[in-house]
Order: sequence, then structure tokens, then C-alpha cells
Amino acid sequence: MSTEAAVVEKIEEKKSEPLFSKKNKKLISNPLDMDNPITVQILGVCSALAVTTQLKPAFVMSLGLMIVTASSNVVISALRDTIPSRIRIIVQLAIVSLWVILVDQLLKAYVYDVSKQLSVFVGLIITNCIVMGRLEAYAMGNKPWPSFLDGIGNGLGYGLILMTLAFFRELLGGGSLFGFKVFEAMGIHYTGNGLMLLPAGACILLGVIIWVQRTLNGHRESH
Amino acid sequence: MRQSNAYIVLYASAITIVCGGLLAFASISLKDKQDANIALEQKKNILSSVLTLEEGANIVEMYGKQVKSFVIDYNGNVKAGLKPEDVIVAVEYKKKPEDRLLPVYEFRSQTDSSKVEYAVMPVYGYGLWNNIWGFVAVKSDFNTIQGVKFSHAGETPGLGARIESEEVQDRFKGKTIFDNGKLTSVALQKGEGHDYSNDPHKVDGMSGATLTGKGVNNMLKDYLASYENYLKKHSGSNQ
Repeated sequence: MSTEAAVVEKIEEKKSEPLFSKKNKKLISNPLDMDNPITVQILGVCSALAVTTQLKPAFVMSLGLMIVTASSNVVISALRDTIPSRIRIIVQLAIVSLWVILVDQLLKAYVYDVSKQLSVFVGLIITNCIVMGRLEAYAMGNKPWPSFLDGIGNGLGYGLILMTLAFFRELLGGGSLFGFKVFEAMGIHYTGNGLMLLPAGACILLGVIIWVQRTLNGHRESH
Repeated sequence: MRQSNAYIVLYASAITIVCGGLLAFASISLKDKQDANIALEQKKNILSSVLTLEEGANIVEMYGKQVKSFVIDYNGNVKAGLKPEDVIVAVEYKKKPEDRLLPVYEFRSQTDSSKVEYAVMPVYGYGLWNNIWGFVAVKSDFNTIQGVKFSHAGETPGLGARIESEEVQDRFKGKTIFDNGKLTSVALQKGEGHDYSNDPHKVDGMSGATLTGKGVNNMLKDYLASYENYLKKHSGSNQ
């Protein structure tokens, strides 16, 4: 595991900083590549393997995680000066759980079939290390707006990897994208590769993605 | 001040009350919608056990028009005043077969509403790891299986979980429950890829999921025995 996540990142706050200053933009773009929660920080791998057999659940899961991370970040950041440090983890958990249950309830009410596919994994966002990691590492020490951006950025970084995984798994495993039969439409007969639908296939694929990305951005584990 | 015990206790209580209140509010205000989704899912399952549903088909309308549902007892008599929605199959499953309340969903003909085209019966049992359940639909002879629909809570993905796939469910089509008037049920066999088209009570099994298959077989046997009197009553009158 990378140690970066544990280090509290502080941002020096200027008085009249524009909403999308260079620094704030970095909050969004960094987690997409140099500081990606999955491929660099190696967080949230469990759910990345479980919900990526198809693009649709992967998309909803990413959206759910992004909402949860961003909104928990905002709430914790707003409360950061009042939270007693001895119970801060419990308070963080309570806030995260609150958002996760709200998201779960909304999914059940409005997109029932997707919520059935995601089953326990929405509930497990609570234990997703990305959320807690960002709260501890960022929201506890920064203002709400940068914290919000940090949450969105990490959600996007997580979603990017999830969608990439799901793209290959659905295409190679089922020959479709978002349920649309791609190969059939092109007139090619395609027999789905069963390995891609199993968690083992996802693990191999994720390994390849991590390899490719770390080669591209030159990331090295610090020892 | 921020580190004093009183502050911590007060802070924790306040967080609990605020979060609890918000969740209670969300739960209450979304409950109707969630229940409607669950009810729709049930209707969809019942209908798809007898026919192939088209994308975007109006399930509620179709169900309302063609499905007549009621509750029967072990002897096949209709229990007046009970609606299938009030019967929780998971609870009835634990009772003795003679004491169970048994919902039946009869799919009536579009033109003649007294003519039963298919009868759909819920089934419930235990697979390898956890509960399994589903629906069995029989044709108007109350003997030939029109279709089955299974779901599960925790069977192994890729193995036992395949009972949820159409590919496996389609193997039950056309099989018969009775053998010369005697209830024999249908059973998934050990091994896969065999041809049982000449045997009306045997179904090609799932490789690597023999135990889930056994669970399915026990479930079918158990529940079809509960429905035996109802099935016999009708198969006699229709022949």
C-alpha cells in the first residue's frame, strides 16, 4: 500500500482564491492519473472486481461512490473544527454510513434492477477505503470546497478504472456494451469469454491496467 | 473544551440523532416507491415464467388483465379472504406441507377469462449455501411444465448461481410432473451435456453444481407435493 494516502495533504489557503484555480483543478485531475485511488493507492479493489461485469452497474457504482465521497468530504470538512479528535473515526463512519444508506435507498426506489445487481456492494461503500482515506487524509484538514473537489476527483479516478475494466469485461465476456450487442450488430459471431465474467478475469485485467498506467506515469512504490 | 468527556458525549448524541432522523425520513418517504418496485418485480417474474416478456411490455396492465391470483390450502380449496400478497412464502416454507398457505397465479386466456392457460406456483427451498426460490408454471393440463424461474441468495457464481440463467431454466420446459397420475416431479441430473429429451422427468444438470441441483430437486418435490391436490383436481376436470 502506498503511504501517500496516510500523509495529510495540506493546502495553503489564500484569501481570494478563484473556484477553479490551478490548485483546485489539480484536485480533480491528480486522482485520474498520478494519484489514482485504485491503480496507485490500491484502494477499493474488492468492489472494482465485483461490479464490473457490465458497464451499467459499474457506472452506477462509480456515481454512487463519487456522491458519497464528495458529500462526506464536504460534511466532515465543514465539521472539522468541532469534531473531537478522540471520536473522529466514529463520526466519519457515521457520516459516510448516512450518505451510503441514502444512496442505497434512492437506488432501490428509482433504479431497482441496478440496485439488485449491485446488491451488497452499495452498502459496502461504507468500508471502501477510498472514502475513509480521503476523509482522514484530506477533508479533516481542508476547507469544504477543495474537499468537495477532492471527493469528486477521487470518485472520477475510481470510476475511470471501473469503466475501463467494465468496458473490456462486458465486451470480451458478453460481446456487448451497455447491453448493446456490438459484435452481433457488426455481423460477427462471437462466443463470450467466460473468464472475463469471473472475478479472476477481472483481477488479471486490473493487474494489466495497473502495470500499463504505472509504466506510463513512472510511478514507483516508496519503501 | 473539545476534548472534555461531556462535549464528546453530547457531540456523539447529536450526530446520532441528526443522522437517525434523516435516515428515518428518507426511509419513510421512499417506502411506497420501493414497495411498488418489489411488487412489480414479483409480477414480472410470474409473467416471465409463462412467456417471453418483450422489452418495455406493460407488465402491470397485462398482469391485471390476465392473471387471477388466490390462496389455496393443502387440499386444493380456495382460502377465502386471503390475498397472495399477504402470504410470505419464506415463512410458509418452514411449516409442514399440510399447514402451508399456497398462493396460485392463474394465467387466463385473453379471450375467455374462465379458461386457465397456465398456472404459476411459487416454490421455496434451500440450495447449497442459502435459500433458493422461484416459480413453476404448468400448462392447462396441469402436468406439463411451461417454464420455471429460479432465484437464489448465495449460490456459487458461475456454478450453482446458474439456476438463475435462462439457459438452465429452459431445460425444464416440456417436462411433466405426473407419471400415470402419480406425482414424480422433475429432477436435475448429475453431470451436464446429456440428452434427456426422451425422459419427461429428468433434466440435464449443471456441471460442478450437483448440490445446488439437489436443492432445486428437493424444493420442486416438496412444493409440488404441497400443490398435488390442487393440480390433480384440475388435471381431471380438463381432460
